[in-house]
Amino acid sequence: MTSAHSKLYSDDVSLVVVVVDTNPFFWATAALPFADFFANLVHFVNSILLLNHLNRVVVIASGVSSCAYIFDSGDASPAGGVGVAATFDKASRKVEEFIAQDAHATASNSSAASANAASLLSGALSLAMCYIQRIFRSGTRHPQPRILCLQGSPDGPEQYVAVMNSIFSAQRSMVPIDSCIVGTQDSAFLQQASYITGGVYLKPQELNGLFQYLAAVFATDLHSRTFLRLPKTLGVDFRASCFCHKKTIDMGYVCSVCLSIFCKNQKKCSTCG
Amino acid sequence: MYGVGGGGGGFNAPSTTSGRRRNPGDEEEDEEEETGEGRVLEAWERAYADDRSWEALQEDESGLLRPIDTKTLVHAQYRRRLLLRSAADAAVRIQKGLIRYLYIVIDLSRAASEMDYRPSRMAVVAKHAEAFIREFFDQNPLSHVGLVTIKDGISHRLTDIGGSPESQIKALLGKLECSGDSSLQNALELVHGYLDQVPSYGHKEVLILYSALNTCDPGDIMETIEKCKKSKIRCSIIGLAAEIFICKHICEETGGSYTVALDESHFKELLLEHAPPPPAIAEHAAANLIKMGFPQRGAEDLISICSCHKKIKSGAEGYICPRCKVNVCELPTECRTCGLTLVSSPHLARSYHHLFPVAPFDEVSSVPNRIQRGVQNCFGCQQNLFNPDGQTSLHVRCPKCSQHFCLDCDIYIHESLHNCPGCESQRSFSSQ
Repeated sequence: MTSAHSKLYSDDVSLVVVVVDTNPFFWATAALPFADFFANLVHFVNSILLLNHLNRVVVIASGVSSCAYIFDSGDASPAGGVGVAATFDKASRKVEEFIAQDAHATASNSSAASANAASLLSGALSLAMCYIQRIFRSGTRHPQPRILCLQGSPDGPEQYVAVMNSIFSAQRSMVPIDSCIVGTQDSAFLQQASYITGGVYLKPQELNGLFQYLAAVFATDLHSRTFLRLPKTLGVDFRASCFCHKKTIDMGYVCSVCLSIFCKNQKKCSTCG
Repeated sequence: MYGVGGGGGGFNAPSTTSGRRRNPGDEEEDEEEETGEGRVLEAWERAYADDRSWEALQEDESGLLRPIDTKTLVHAQYRRRLLLRSAADAAVRIQKGLIRYLYIVIDLSRAASEMDYRPSRMAVVAKHAEAFIREFFDQNPLSHVGLVTIKDGISHRLTDIGGSPESQIKALLGKLECSGDSSLQNALELVHGYLDQVPSYGHKEVLILYSALNTCDPGDIMETIEKCKKSKIRCSIIGLAAEIFICKHICEETGGSYTVALDESHFKELLLEHAPPPPAIAEHAAANLIKMGFPQRGAEDLISICSCHKKIKSGAEGYICPRCKVNVCELPTECRTCGLTLVSSPHLARSYHHLFPVAPFDEVSSVPNRIQRGVQNCFGCQQNLFNPDGQTSLHVRCPKCSQHFCLDCDIYIHESLHNCPGCESQRSFSSQ
């Protein structure tokens, strides 16, 4: 599988794939309204596109029941100023359409989607990786890709295996996954993602100044990051949780066949027997 | 199917060796070669005489030449392999040997210095073995690999069985010389002795990279094969020369796979096929619960001596064993003081995709645009699925979520990502 690619493009051209969490359950109770958040995001995307005329940005929305591509700067017409405003209008409309469709899909599914419902981070990361592979295939002259996740909802434990698969695939392709947490709790999945792939994990303290955090920390391309002191996470908790009680353990018993983790020694593995 | 003379690459060996035998006294230079008439062939001429470069061209319906459409060929080959593998998996309940103890046996006999693989068989084997070891540890983080060589009829252990790729690769890159005969029995005896000391939950495997056409054994190799079979060692062989009966017999008896490489890229392909865990026969390894530790990083201000290099390290750079509290540098490893296996949860997660593989996608044949409405782009990468003439090009569809994907996404999803983006982007509210 492809790993390092020759950098025949100039060093500081980047492709940023932004994964936006549009979980309505989270945004209904969030401190920052979604409209302000989206405005901050649009300014950030604009500023990345201004840094270098070859930069590209793709926005993927992850909802509660579906994920979709919202915006691709590569699709925009090459005409200048008028085009820019029109494309961002298009993006805003698409986001609204997507949220409406997603809400419809959630309602029609009708089981107890509680306030703790997670957004489909695994689906959005998989879409992002497929898009990035397409960029790698497009020849030796391509931008340096990276993924930025703006996450607010809590982690869904049922997505653990899928999220880890995406993370390992990103690690093999050398694509860093940055995370910016706009919710109240830290996300263990994204902490591990940023640690394993070499990205930046940030939980801003003041959400009103979100644009400033985004522009200062996440806007720089991969080559220039070596000259900056970016926020470092101190301790990523890599301990596993046992399958029986879901508590994190220091030492446990692992089944040699199915790799399920238990906290106490048992005669038979309850997963595979 | 895999004997001498099968396919274009296999013809290299007979022509070069016969050329050499006819003029034994002539000097051989790197770039040129003697033919029977005594005329010297340039390297570009050899491309026609030996490599048959005209076979790479194809004719289309009207008789005009066109280059081979490698993409659909690669994809078709890939799908055949995938279907074979999933058919085999579906037949038995999927149990894979995830904790593997593998010995790689490298043949350094006289036959390994043959130059039909350029620069020599041994160099090609060493290069691809290095790539294989990295891939192996990537897919099986909890496994161990050791190296054994056969030279002058005696087998030596090159490196001890270990859980980290660096020490194995360093030994491979060192100076390796070829001489003498090769002996399969000695290699199997040595490996059998070492694999007996391995814990009972581990799957014992041997992979022999064999260049010779014979084996000079001190005793009865059939007895050794019986011994290996009794110890449940799975033996696979990749041959570089021709198909040999004894190799086939060993693999059949022990449940391994025997393949013969046609050329260098085929060899690489065959070698990398051994990286994913093979389907495990349930009685071969005891299913135990193994005690493992999940260490955390130490505090920033804790200074201690790490147990692996005996150097002073800050606590934040290493991990603390939960049982005996010594500092270890990297994971996965076995704590030197108390013997506890130390892993982190991503290492276990790396193996989960073997247990939950993605179902193969169905092919969707080309249909004219007007019939297939609504499917414009590949769901994964948004690439246009239409050919310039208005028909959909060959693409695939996931049987579970009915999303359409292009061929490249199909290969990427099944080989590297192991998640279907369509299935992951759907919420199934029924309990998973």
